[in-house]
Amino acid sequence: MSSSILFGISTMAYILAMIIYIAYLAFRKSQVGITATTVTVVGFVSQTMAIILRWKEFYEIGQMGILRAAPLTNLYESLIFFVWCLILGYLIIEFKYKNRSFGAFITPVAGLALAFIDISGMSKDIQPLVPALQSNWLLAHVIMSFIGYATFAISFSTGLMYLIQTTDKRNEPSYIFWTVTTGIFIIILLAMGIDYLSFRVAIRSPEMLIKSYLFKASFFSQSSLVSALSWLVSLAFIFMLWRYGYVLKRIMSAFSISPDTLDEVTYKSIAIGFPVFTLGGLIFGAIWADQAWGVYWSWDPKETWSLITWFVYAFYLHSRLMRGWKGKKVAIVAVVGFVAVIFTYLGVNLLLSGLHAYGSIG
Amino acid sequence: MGEVKALVCFFKKYYHIKLNFRGVNVEKQKNQTIVDRIWNSFSSITLAVVFFTLISLTSMIGTVIEQNAEPEKNLKVIGKLFGESLAPTLYNIFERLGFMDMYHSWWFVTLLLLFAANLVICSIDRLPKIWKLVKEPINPLSEEHFKGVGIKREIVLRGKTEKVRGVVGTAIKNAGFNFSEAKEANGYQLYSQKGSYSRLGVYITHFSILVILLGAIIGIFFGFKGFLNLPEGAISSVAYYRSGIEQPLGFSIRCDNFLVDFYGGSDMPKAYKSWLTIIKDGKEVIKKTIEVNDPLTYEGITFYQSSYGMVPDAQGIFMLKAISKDGKRETINLKHNESFTIPGTSITGKIINFSPALGMDQTGRPFTYADMMNNPAIYIEFSEGGKQKYAGWLLKRYPETWALPDGHIVEFMDYWGIEYTGLQVRKDPGVWVVYLGCITISIGLFIAFFVSHRRLWVRLIEDKNGTRVTVGATANKNRQAFERKIDKIIALLSKSQGGGK
Repeated sequence: MSSSILFGISTMAYILAMIIYIAYLAFRKSQVGITATTVTVVGFVSQTMAIILRWKEFYEIGQMGILRAAPLTNLYESLIFFVWCLILGYLIIEFKYKNRSFGAFITPVAGLALAFIDISGMSKDIQPLVPALQSNWLLAHVIMSFIGYATFAISFSTGLMYLIQTTDKRNEPSYIFWTVTTGIFIIILLAMGIDYLSFRVAIRSPEMLIKSYLFKASFFSQSSLVSALSWLVSLAFIFMLWRYGYVLKRIMSAFSISPDTLDEVTYKSIAIGFPVFTLGGLIFGAIWADQAWGVYWSWDPKETWSLITWFVYAFYLHSRLMRGWKGKKVAIVAVVGFVAVIFTYLGVNLLLSGLHAYGSIG
Repeated sequence: MGEVKALVCFFKKYYHIKLNFRGVNVEKQKNQTIVDRIWNSFSSITLAVVFFTLISLTSMIGTVIEQNAEPEKNLKVIGKLFGESLAPTLYNIFERLGFMDMYHSWWFVTLLLLFAANLVICSIDRLPKIWKLVKEPINPLSEEHFKGVGIKREIVLRGKTEKVRGVVGTAIKNAGFNFSEAKEANGYQLYSQKGSYSRLGVYITHFSILVILLGAIIGIFFGFKGFLNLPEGAISSVAYYRSGIEQPLGFSIRCDNFLVDFYGGSDMPKAYKSWLTIIKDGKEVIKKTIEVNDPLTYEGITFYQSSYGMVPDAQGIFMLKAISKDGKRETINLKHNESFTIPGTSITGKIINFSPALGMDQTGRPFTYADMMNNPAIYIEFSEGGKQKYAGWLLKRYPETWALPDGHIVEFMDYWGIEYTGLQVRKDPGVWVVYLGCITISIGLFIAFFVSHRRLWVRLIEDKNGTRVTVGATANKNRQAFERKIDKIIALLSKSQGGGK
């Protein structure tokens, strides 16, 4: 079996699992929950096998050491690995806390990441390594960065769950924050999906999608009617989310998952992610840059954005541990932190230029 | 000690002024108690958080405005964001404020230094208290304090207190706790702690950030960052700053050769290689082939492979190897339009044409598809006794094109002397300080997040049925894990000692 078939199976399994987890949240039948977990595990196993197979394929064509042939060298492979880390982290949490309702919040992040691969039309080909990426630091730097990203993604999900569960007044800032943030998030993804469907023939790379076609089928459409309609529908959607978002709280509170547990998982994920990200993302990255380019820190956009991400999580830790901030305030910081992570990971590569523009290093 | 106090005092004053300057409401008179109050209050953490935010927010701007770029690029970016008409004015404002090279602007550097000062002050402020906590030996716990500890367990074990004391002591020891003992009214108390040093993790982390910043400052003042474009065969004893100013190296460096390796038959680069020689006092001291990720260091100066290009109007040398049918070989170096003879024959070849990147169009006609040496090829005309025999393209990357129709071989080794290697040249004596800081920050973070300060008190009191064992414990991190460990110890104890033995 080839790696791409296995990747296909895992993608379908995760998307299926996401639906079953949400169904579980709605119906609360334990059989449904067990099915969701089983489907997730099947997806995880086939994804693991797919990664190993791709590693082998890469090793065979790449003419280089096995450690350098890790399939972590372009956007597609890194997203796959991110999803793998995230699902692994989720399964650990499900096992530790014996609670499946996290699933409905974490599998969508995985599903969205996988959907993004197809929506943006990024290349799935195995490409040989450009000279700059031929380093043993690649493996350590990328693996640890993504473990960090995955733990931050978990803290984002649990932080959001916390906010949903503890707010219900529509004039409360934290309530407005989570409904609007979630709304914008969903709208951006939907708009990108529409872009993809409208221009799928013309789009050849995610850079191209974002630089030339982003929102051209909706907000920035040539037709002012479509554009106006998009804005209107989006605002209406956010308004509806704000108006009826508290319904989610009712659904959630039917589960025996206390806000304190959510707060704890959020903190613990960050407490693991922060040191791992510092070491693997910032320090190993700096050492590698020093070896390859002779500058351990050059303020290129990727570096700067990882520093910003680092500061946001440092903010979280200091406000929680030193200032005694608890609950909603720090949950908001955790959600904001993941927005910074997404920008560090995807935004910089797709919107800004710099050393990390995959493959264009000369 | 006097100096330290003076330093602290200076910082307190400085801090006081800074807070004042930042518009925080502080009374004007230098009343010691108020200074102390500010010093002790949380405001420094708040300030640290303010610095996180300020540095983050301003940093973002520098990721959108391309740093040290040509004005046109950023004019375009600003035009796109704020409209074409506003762009020139805004550009001027941004440039005045130093945003075109913002990470080296006076205000950003000041922000970083203030952040460092804040870190120093926070640490000086909190360290004594934490140090006491670290150094403080653990004491027996009084009755009422036992009620207040986080983790509590109680069981009754068979046997006299004396005997139970031995069993419990061994169990604690096996769990990795070295304990002390105190005699109490009706029994004993065993107490122990582990990992008290973990409270220093945060300070090691903070201190490491200062070390890294110090390393960066050493690099700025005692190092340099330059570049050198060195054509094949050229020697240089200087590197250049971006501004064009020369920086003497103290030795000379020569580029013997430069080459791009490609994957298979594609134009995907596999490796950029430069063959470098260091010459000191007229002697060759080091020869090394560098690649991206594998630089050359000599006398603290490091040369990195960073770019390459073609030397304009260069006259290079074609390096060929001719092998006749009967195995006679000869290495040939010649220039454009020069001729050579295949050894042992009277066949001469003349280089008529050269292409750095020979490709074929759809009709099969050769053409040059790139400016760089992606697929170097030479067109040679062979003749014998003044009569043309045959002619064709010889491609460096394709040995099958080297064989001539009548069995001779002409290998196209290289066209040498027309490429230059682009080297990044750097001297940074601070880099080891930075690395030291990186190592200590890793240790600090590990201790701060994963090592917990665990304290354990066990009270043994004589009871009717045996000995009552009360366990009290605290952990400042991962309490559940410690609880599980204690439960395990208790389970073991009750198994061996609790049943009707």
